[in-house]
Amino acid sequence: MSAVFEQIFQVGFLAAIIRIATPLALATLGEMFSERAGVLNLGIEGIMLLCAMTGFTATSLSGSLWLGVLTAVLTGMLMGALHALFTVALGLSQHVCGIGVTLFSSGLAYFLYRLIFGQQSVPPSIKGFQTVPIPILSDIPVLGPAVFNQFALVYVAIIAIPLAAFVLYRTPWGLSVRMVGENPRAADSAGVSVIATRFQAVILGGALMGLAGAFLSMAQFNAFTFGVVSGRGWVAIALVVFGRWDPWRSAGAALLFAFVDALQLRMQASGLGHIPYEAFLMLPFIFTIVAMAVMSRNAVAPSALLKPFRREER
Amino acid sequence: MFRLEVRTSTPAWFNLALPLLAIVATLVLCSGLIALAGAGVLESYGVMFTASLGDSYAITETLVRAAPMIFTGLAVAVAFRAKFWNIGAEGQLLAGAVASCFVGAIPMPGPLAMLLMAIAGAAAGAAVALVPATLRVKFKVDDVVSSLLLNSVIYYALMALIEGPWKDSFSGYPISPPIEDSANFPVLIEGTRLHLGVVVALIAAPLIWFLIVRTTLGFRIRVTGENPEAARYGGINVERVLISTALLSGALAGLAGVGEVGGVHFQVMSDISPGYGYSGIVVAMLARLNPFGVVPAAIFLAAVMTGAEAMSRATGVPAFLSDVIQGTALLAMLVALLFTAYRVRRVGAAR
Repeated sequence: MSAVFEQIFQVGFLAAIIRIATPLALATLGEMFSERAGVLNLGIEGIMLLCAMTGFTATSLSGSLWLGVLTAVLTGMLMGALHALFTVALGLSQHVCGIGVTLFSSGLAYFLYRLIFGQQSVPPSIKGFQTVPIPILSDIPVLGPAVFNQFALVYVAIIAIPLAAFVLYRTPWGLSVRMVGENPRAADSAGVSVIATRFQAVILGGALMGLAGAFLSMAQFNAFTFGVVSGRGWVAIALVVFGRWDPWRSAGAALLFAFVDALQLRMQASGLGHIPYEAFLMLPFIFTIVAMAVMSRNAVAPSALLKPFRREER
Repeated sequence: MFRLEVRTSTPAWFNLALPLLAIVATLVLCSGLIALAGAGVLESYGVMFTASLGDSYAITETLVRAAPMIFTGLAVAVAFRAKFWNIGAEGQLLAGAVASCFVGAIPMPGPLAMLLMAIAGAAAGAAVALVPATLRVKFKVDDVVSSLLLNSVIYYALMALIEGPWKDSFSGYPISPPIEDSANFPVLIEGTRLHLGVVVALIAAPLIWFLIVRTTLGFRIRVTGENPEAARYGGINVERVLISTALLSGALAGLAGVGEVGGVHFQVMSDISPGYGYSGIVVAMLARLNPFGVVPAAIFLAAVMTGAEAMSRATGVPAFLSDVIQGTALLAMLVALLFTAYRVRRVGAAR
């Protein structure tokens, strides 16, 4: 048994956690911005898939990784704007619109991918992001190779966390986002445009979801497959609740989930063969459901979440 | 000048006009993708129509495909009426399929086997739906997220079964052993796949309509969905209604899986449902959560799915167009629903 644990907790384990946490943290931050402004974005799963596709395609056609990332981010912003158009401008049900955006985006991703690449026996791949060691920092024992010898997008995510906290808590725009999410009528009286702020927050959220999608197809798998997201978007929504709508806690939740996921991956590989591997695949999802059950009772969601704002109605 | 006004009531013909409006808008929007693929728009839609509704055999194939979506559509319609956001019909369908496959493989007289398959499948679907409902009632867990996450859990459980104990030791394929021949649902028209389950689905729609509109439970479901505070004030145990709704909704989704096992595949495999659970959401919304409307809405989506495959073969447009059409139709329907809440009024400038 101790041999199993030794195998699990290798040096590479920490690095794997960071890698798994990166797309989750980005997606969770994206969803958090949206929800802090009062808009649940269930489109996240499909948006991540579509962005993974457009980013991959742009890189595949142009050969430029960063052009791919830019494409994915712009796609995410566009889909965020679409979701905001339905839920903020038109005030439609956030639940159903989100499912609609997910169905639409994933359908579009499949369709365009098949149109561009056809049906190939070996799916096309790209030379994805390579790890870039950061001088000096990567020499720190244990932490160095795990955290500071990673893909560039991992560093983007690490910077995004404090940046998100700063934007949300220390800037006038962040204050507006929190106001329109908690008390839109008061925000409106204070001269903050509820509609515009919500649009901006959902679009920013979409950009972060785009980064998450780009990471999956351009750093983690270096290919686009139909299962490239496989529930990570839904998990991100749960992590927002688990992270109590706070950037730091959300990132922590992503790390915790990544730990469970990395653990199940190692357990799959380390001679616990008599247990079907699907049992391990289930583990992170069951963990998320249980975590939500533990956290939700005391979770305080933004008061205006799910509530459309119409100026003329009281 | 035009102005939006709040509507107090909506005319009855809206129930028909709005879905049609949404469908026409969807087909117009998606024609852009057909053109992008370099095919003729009218030709492609023509192929879709002929292949799905053009002759009597095509119609039976479309009905066979519509049956699971009638069930998942009803499941979602019932749940959404109570504002129980059951996005887990996909997992409930899979659970129903697995349970009915278990029962169907036991040798026993055919009619008894079919009855027990239906009961087992409905019970399994209900049991799965009970999880998000209980989590919401007892722990305030958002039902959307928990029911979505549960879909993945059920899917992996199914995979563990067909790649483990159920695996075909002969061929090594990840498929379950077939059910007994006597448990196969009878085919109603010789030479087609139109099976008994399709008729059961068609009968289920009016039954669910009756339940929602004419029974006490239906009344409680509607009141709970429309105004939980008023329901509580009126002495309705909202929590209990949510649990009952979940059981009913899950059982209906489970029956979708039973039909696929008993009438179409006669065994369980990993791709037994091409997302029928999610399609159920589109069906229910197109039907405006009316059980009667679920039938034509499910037939429309089934026709799109069957038609898209034929269109892909004939014109080279990827069959995934049917997925785009589903998503677009859902969004278009939501926008169309605005007309039930608002009316556009011309405001005279001179007055």
